[in-house]
Amino acid sequence: MKTTAEFEKMPHGSIWLLALRSSLLFIVVCGLAYPLASTGLAQLLFPHQANGSMIKDGAGRTVGSELIGQTFADPSFFQGRISSIDNNGAGSGSNNYAPSNPELLKRVQASIARWEKENPQVPVDKLPADLVTNSGSGLDPHISPAAAKAQIPRIGALRHLPEERLKELVEQFTEGRDLGVFGEKRVNVLKLNLALKELGTGRE
Amino acid sequence: MDILQIGIVIVVLLLLVKPAGSYIYHVFSNESNWTDRMFGPVEKFFYAVIGLRKRSGMSWKTYALSMMATNVVLVAVSYAVLRWMGGLPANPNGTGNMEASLSFNTVISFMTNTNLQHYSGESGMSYLGQMIVITMMMFTSAASGLAVAIAFMRGITRRGDGLGNFFEDFVKAHVRVFLPLALIVTLVLVGLKVPQTLEPTVTVNTLGGAVQHIAMGPVASLESIKHLGTNGGGFFGANSSHPFENPSPLTNVIEILSMWTISAALPYTFGRFANNRKQGWILFSAMMVLFLAFLSLTYVSEKSGNPLINQLGIDASQGSMEGKEVRFGVAQSALFTAVTTAATTGSVNNMHDTLTPLGGLAPLAQMMLNVVFGGKGVGLVNMLMYAILGVFICGLMVGRTPEFLGNKIESREMKLIAVAILAHPLIILAPTAISFLTHLGTDALSNPLYHGLSQSLYEFASSAANNGSGFEGLGDNTVFWNVSTGLVMLLGRYVSIIALLAVAGSLSRKKPVPESIGTFRTDTKLFAGILVGTVLLIGALTFLPVLVLGPIAEFLTM
Repeated sequence: MKTTAEFEKMPHGSIWLLALRSSLLFIVVCGLAYPLASTGLAQLLFPHQANGSMIKDGAGRTVGSELIGQTFADPSFFQGRISSIDNNGAGSGSNNYAPSNPELLKRVQASIARWEKENPQVPVDKLPADLVTNSGSGLDPHISPAAAKAQIPRIGALRHLPEERLKELVEQFTEGRDLGVFGEKRVNVLKLNLALKELGTGRE
Repeated sequence: MDILQIGIVIVVLLLLVKPAGSYIYHVFSNESNWTDRMFGPVEKFFYAVIGLRKRSGMSWKTYALSMMATNVVLVAVSYAVLRWMGGLPANPNGTGNMEASLSFNTVISFMTNTNLQHYSGESGMSYLGQMIVITMMMFTSAASGLAVAIAFMRGITRRGDGLGNFFEDFVKAHVRVFLPLALIVTLVLVGLKVPQTLEPTVTVNTLGGAVQHIAMGPVASLESIKHLGTNGGGFFGANSSHPFENPSPLTNVIEILSMWTISAALPYTFGRFANNRKQGWILFSAMMVLFLAFLSLTYVSEKSGNPLINQLGIDASQGSMEGKEVRFGVAQSALFTAVTTAATTGSVNNMHDTLTPLGGLAPLAQMMLNVVFGGKGVGLVNMLMYAILGVFICGLMVGRTPEFLGNKIESREMKLIAVAILAHPLIILAPTAISFLTHLGTDALSNPLYHGLSQSLYEFASSAANNGSGFEGLGDNTVFWNVSTGLVMLLGRYVSIIALLAVAGSLSRKKPVPESIGTFRTDTKLFAGILVGTVLLIGALTFLPVLVLGPIAEFLTM
């Protein structure tokens, strides 16, 4: 085993020169070559996914990304999670209310009051937590299957569609857990609403 | 189903520890091995570019200086890029230059492997900045940390030539570990819908008739190294809760394993260096015991939900969903939270500020202890410090000279270890106290009362542990927070690294003590228990008072 004195003395100047040259090397390799090579390969192998998984409506118009939640002000559409940023795809985040923050309680109470007004057919104890809470990203594209089903009576009444038909639609768009175990069952709100729009209303 | 999916991820991790740990050992043992054939030619080219002719072993001082010098150069170049990125290429969205204190905070944050983010990626960072500063530093900071951990292992196990050669380790960490893994994970993530493009923000007319601007960019290439290098931060402000960064539970599991595997494998690597695999497993199990305790706390607390909301009569069976994504639910969110603060990654897939009080206490406590797996090497090295401390305490109790792995532990090492262990609480608690003395600090708090204290505490704990997650309601992009957390991150990273390299240097020069009947064995279950006890004892003595004022008081008053 060597003692300190036995190690070759490296002059400080040469250490700094090595540091400079290795820094520049890895700036080019990790900062340019790697992301650009990744982009090239990604665009070649998975062009749809690499460009944001955009989806089109029946008429072929791009209406958004399947991964980015949208706001549906019209109560005859299925509603998504609460978003403090109004689903602004150029931003993300939430107001980060602590569980003890009085503002959080006020917001949840307001959501419940609105639910009671818009969904007189469905009691509050059938209102799932994900409909009265803000998602983490503010862009959550999904709701739970229970949250979709709880909205069926309202939408059925507004669109004059039989609830059975809507129930089938929700079940058709319910995605299972990944590989059968990971994560939660969920419904993509934009995809569901696109299909709902195709269905038209019962009066037509 | 919740327990099952968490269990599967943990089992997969357990299966990965041995192969990953062996691989890292082969890479850095500097004996010729099968990894040479694959990567040798690229490395030779890189050594030539750098001008590294002789790759001789370094003393601990030279090793530390080499690491510091490289980090200083990278910081200087990156700072310049951020300050002028508005006029540089690869800026399709016209992002402006970054302000001085924010640039300072950002480069320190990414160089120290903290990746605390006081800017929002969508609006504050050009694509060039995302690639050449953020992505680049995610590699180089991880490689720096891994190199130091390996040097420490060589030092205390006296394998090889001194601590090794920093530049050689730095190149190898990139070429044999981070670059190939990052490329593979990137492509898998893109296949699972994470975007990777240089096109600007897309504008669409939504189904509801509104206009939506959808930000994207080279996300996947950043996302992969962000986790592999236990970096954190994010392409977007919402980090890995953003559907583009983490589109599905499957990507969530991949990201969890990416950040966890190398950190969890390092104790095994250490066992190989020490020629005592059992020692590696004992260190690993001490970490795992602590991890499982904190994971359970977060999971149970989140699953029980927020009592204030539950009593409003809604269907609360999902648990606390505020700040969480439907696709992850409570199980995948709690697991991610526990892993990201254990491995000091600091990416988040749910908003930690919105966690229930005890659910938020677990990540806070893991960052305060800073030994549960830990970031690239740092956690293992800290755990080894506690191991030496544990040996020392036991030695005092039975009246023997403490030894660890055949090294006599004497006053010089104990002093250095005391510095490293005490620096951590000091740079968390002192700045937290200071932030409450001035309105510059208190103005940033977005939540009242006890949770406000937790917000400031979390910010500094995260900075000191080089984690980077936050209780993000904190309005932290001000000169006060940028500079104070910047300094804490610097101290948190380099004080302990230098102290530890000094310990390794000092031990590597000592004559080994032959093992005898009187040697206190450190590769036993008893020692794992002593280790967990030492960690919890020191942690509780230093941090319990402030935890009572923050999350515990919030819990009791809700």
